[in-house]
Amino acid sequence: MSSGNYDVIVIGAGSVGTPLAMSLAENGVSVLCVDSGASAGQGNNKCAIGGVRATHGEPAKVGLALRSLEIFRHWREEHGDDIGWYRGGYVYVAYDRDTMELFRRNVPRQQASGLDIRLVGPGKIRELVPGINDEELLGGTWSPGDGSANPMKSCYAFWNRAVRLGAVFRFNESVTGLEIKGDGVVSVKTTLGSYGCGAVVNCAGSSAVKVGRMAGEELQVYPESHEAGITEPVQRFFEPMVVDIRNAPGSANYYFYQHETGQVVFCITPDPPIPGTDTRETSDFLPLVAPRMVDLYPRLGNLKVRRVWRGIYPMSPDGAPILDRVGPENHYVAVGMCGQGFMLGPGIGEVMARFVVGDSTDSDRTILRELRSDREFGSMETLK
Amino acid sequence: MFFDDYRISRHPILNVHDSVRVFFTFNGRKLTGFRGEAVSSALFSNGIRIFGHHHADGGAQGIFCANGQCSQCTMVIDGVPRKSCIVPLEEGMVVESLEGLPELGNAPGPSVKKPLRHETQVLVLGGGPSGMAAAVELGKRGIRTIVVDDKNRLGGKLVLQTHKFFGSVEDCHAGTRGVHIAEMLQERVTSMESVEVWLDSVVLGVFSDGTVGVRRPDGYRIIRPVHLLVTTGAREKSLPFPGCTLPGVFGAGAFQTLVNRDLVKCSGRVFILGGGNVGLIGAYHAIQAGMTVVGLAEGMSECGGYKVHVDKIKRLGVNIYTSHTVLAAHGSEKLESVTVARVDREFRPVPGTEKSWNVDTLLVAVGLDPVNEFYEKAKEFGISSWIAGDSEEIAEASAAMFNGKIRGLRIARELGCDDVEIPDDLREKAEILKSPGGRVFPYEPPVDSREGVFPVLHCVQEIPCNPCMTVCPDELIKTTGHPIMGIPEYSEGCIGCERCVAVCPGLAVTLVDFRKSGNTPVVTLPFELGEWMLREGAEVTVTDREGGVLGRGVVKSWRRAPGFEKTLLVKLEVEGDIAAGVAGFRVRDPFDSEPLGNPLPVPLPDEAVVCRCERVTAGEIRKRVRSGIRDMNHLKAIIRVGFGACGGKTCSGLVERIFREEGIGPDEVTPLTGRPLFAETRLGWFAGKEGDDE
Repeated sequence: MSSGNYDVIVIGAGSVGTPLAMSLAENGVSVLCVDSGASAGQGNNKCAIGGVRATHGEPAKVGLALRSLEIFRHWREEHGDDIGWYRGGYVYVAYDRDTMELFRRNVPRQQASGLDIRLVGPGKIRELVPGINDEELLGGTWSPGDGSANPMKSCYAFWNRAVRLGAVFRFNESVTGLEIKGDGVVSVKTTLGSYGCGAVVNCAGSSAVKVGRMAGEELQVYPESHEAGITEPVQRFFEPMVVDIRNAPGSANYYFYQHETGQVVFCITPDPPIPGTDTRETSDFLPLVAPRMVDLYPRLGNLKVRRVWRGIYPMSPDGAPILDRVGPENHYVAVGMCGQGFMLGPGIGEVMARFVVGDSTDSDRTILRELRSDREFGSMETLK
Repeated sequence: MFFDDYRISRHPILNVHDSVRVFFTFNGRKLTGFRGEAVSSALFSNGIRIFGHHHADGGAQGIFCANGQCSQCTMVIDGVPRKSCIVPLEEGMVVESLEGLPELGNAPGPSVKKPLRHETQVLVLGGGPSGMAAAVELGKRGIRTIVVDDKNRLGGKLVLQTHKFFGSVEDCHAGTRGVHIAEMLQERVTSMESVEVWLDSVVLGVFSDGTVGVRRPDGYRIIRPVHLLVTTGAREKSLPFPGCTLPGVFGAGAFQTLVNRDLVKCSGRVFILGGGNVGLIGAYHAIQAGMTVVGLAEGMSECGGYKVHVDKIKRLGVNIYTSHTVLAAHGSEKLESVTVARVDREFRPVPGTEKSWNVDTLLVAVGLDPVNEFYEKAKEFGISSWIAGDSEEIAEASAAMFNGKIRGLRIARELGCDDVEIPDDLREKAEILKSPGGRVFPYEPPVDSREGVFPVLHCVQEIPCNPCMTVCPDELIKTTGHPIMGIPEYSEGCIGCERCVAVCPGLAVTLVDFRKSGNTPVVTLPFELGEWMLREGAEVTVTDREGGVLGRGVVKSWRRAPGFEKTLLVKLEVEGDIAAGVAGFRVRDPFDSEPLGNPLPVPLPDEAVVCRCERVTAGEIRKRVRSGIRDMNHLKAIIRVGFGACGGKTCSGLVERIFREEGIGPDEVTPLTGRPLFAETRLGWFAGKEGDDE
């Protein structure tokens, strides 16, 4: 049996838990991060397609994303390792009036939150995505500061830095229970040991509900699955992440971009959603996504698909994360990432680390207020 | 002239057909090739072996698997990056080498039908020996079956096998050549009313919803079978050494494809690594195609292949270096030379034992691994699944046919065919046919007889093979051991029909005839190098079973063996006292197989590329393993090993090996997570729009 005492135990070494462990270690606290996978990011981090945008609808997410973007953008110059950051921007395309109207309404709000985003006409979109189907193309939005990074390389870099700063990671080890005495969690029990803790943070992604129950809390997280794919690499032929938010039979939005390696990565949101945590590949995905992509961008028809996979979006009721302290007084949650754990993770790591050590800033408090667990869950964010 | 010269214009076993010649261009040069042949073979036939340069390290690339799997042969064909080994040549094609990453042009994607869903009782993945054998049993019982194969004909690797088969005559066509067995079985399968054969169709994945995705030439199909039979055969193991990615270094399967399927003279001087049956037969095929076999290295102290194969190539003058391995392949743009060294018991090269040869081809035949990922996925997904042939267990094709037949019968029974009986001895026989070579017995020269006519069986190893016993009209060849595995023995009464000489797959039977003369008897020997190598009255050197020189003989005559037209029966007049020992003769000058005066300098082993798709070296992997990484998915995330086009098919075994070398056991290592697609496929294939007429 392993044992030890830590200031903070982070449950989950994924897109959120790993940068959080890093931020906590940066804050000088002793950290243990436990994960059932064999190494960092082996849950849904590696299923993320890598888009990093500040183009969100809600101010809290914009705030977190802007901070994450800063970290991704400057990682290489500050820390030396390549995390595959590429600033290609995001383009949301509109082929009908309703979509264009939605963008028109959103853009001023997004700009007010500090986003570099603008409405563009079809000409600009043709320039950014050469060869795009421009029949009935009305225009869209362009946010040139957004981009992409490599989730696996990023997670590896965060893990590496966390370890160098003294954080301890235990892999192939599952959390089986939380020992609660009085008002607080005193230890975390796992399949291989028991560890004393000053605080615990649930970053368990699609297992967040299970871990929450160990603290007696029923978290509002509903996992659903999405599938994604990656192609062979070719020379760069378009810059931005292209997002089409229209609905079609069987699917809602889909999006794709050209990775720094030259590979095109793509994903689609099934409609109706597929609830659950099954990550086994299905035969539906390619016939669902391919016609839409090829119709939008015909030259993609000649690009070879290399691999497909299925990952989990741990959904909150409104499409935004839940960041809070709930139940036992030293029990924190950073859950319900809705498929955006990778792009929001570094920012959340910083905010949560300061929260846990009692050092929140004013803007942290604004974000935490907006993303608390007992908020009024309104309708789904328009740009989810 | 434009004409392609690197073709095999005559072959002792295969029929050389001239096909329709078409023009195409390669990097602007006008060339010719045969319509419908693989673009890669058309290029080889024009002497072009370098197909491009890798985007990561600029290394030259060419053919590696010749089987549509590895993507090393990707070229830009009519503006689209495609694997040249599976694209049929058409008139006017514009072929360009792939220099770095390809450009994705604006050409429209493939024009195909809408994805369609199908249901069937049985889906057989792979139309090789075991798949065909199973399909025959299913077809006989009217069971709705779809057989999917990625080639343009059935047969799997049988179509590359020009040698006669081992095994037993009654169970698996022993004594018949693989190419002919393929034809027979293909005819059988395609005549079955309930069996649909989908050719040029690639299985892309098995899915958790109980379906299998198949790319057909006309569109993408999703099949839901009641039973899935996986007979996808094997893939070759690889071995990393510095220079292993050079054009000219390829697997024996690729070599057999180029030489025996496409009749391309892809090599002049060949070195072979691996003394299993595949490597040994590769050497024989090279000689049949008129190439020089400079040598064959085997890491173990004995070749693992059948003794008859070893002896056969020794008699043809191939030097076999046991306890040797390849240290490096040399060359800047393509293979120019190879360095080999002796290894100690721990397989470490012994310094000072290096030898180098100038060669243009290195065949790596270091064993096979089952292609069983579809089966594993299907089991995981709860599909009723079965497996046979090499994908179940690596063995001879004779065993694959037999096991396929048993699986077919089992599935039929499962589907309610009450008439199916699977005799108890089938299983036992199946096991026997899977046997590798067994005990080797001391060679017992036949009685010192100078009378009559009698066969000499130069067969000293227990192997699953019995055609000589089956073919003798008077049943004079028998065994006291196991009916299939036992060593054959001859007893009195031979009439000199020569059938045993003609049928023996190991070319290990001769007939000695003293009836006309006690001093200069005539020995009949099987010969498969082409009659153009023979000259009546020529004096030739005769050898014993293992190639040792016995003396001289004179070629008196030859004839085609009835029923085995491609086997020539050559009569040699030799001296009486050596007649019974003669097992071979030399018709050509010895191979130029002297090593270079000094061995070439060899780079460090860590410079070897392990992941050829992403060009990751052994050194990079070792460094990460030493830093504590135990999860192959983590390695993949950081240094991209296993991230490439082949999906980790080639390198994952090699990475496992590095872990072992570093003293890390398999229980500490997390394997790569397998995901579809099995073979890269253009996105347009899943976006078909046209309606379907079915």
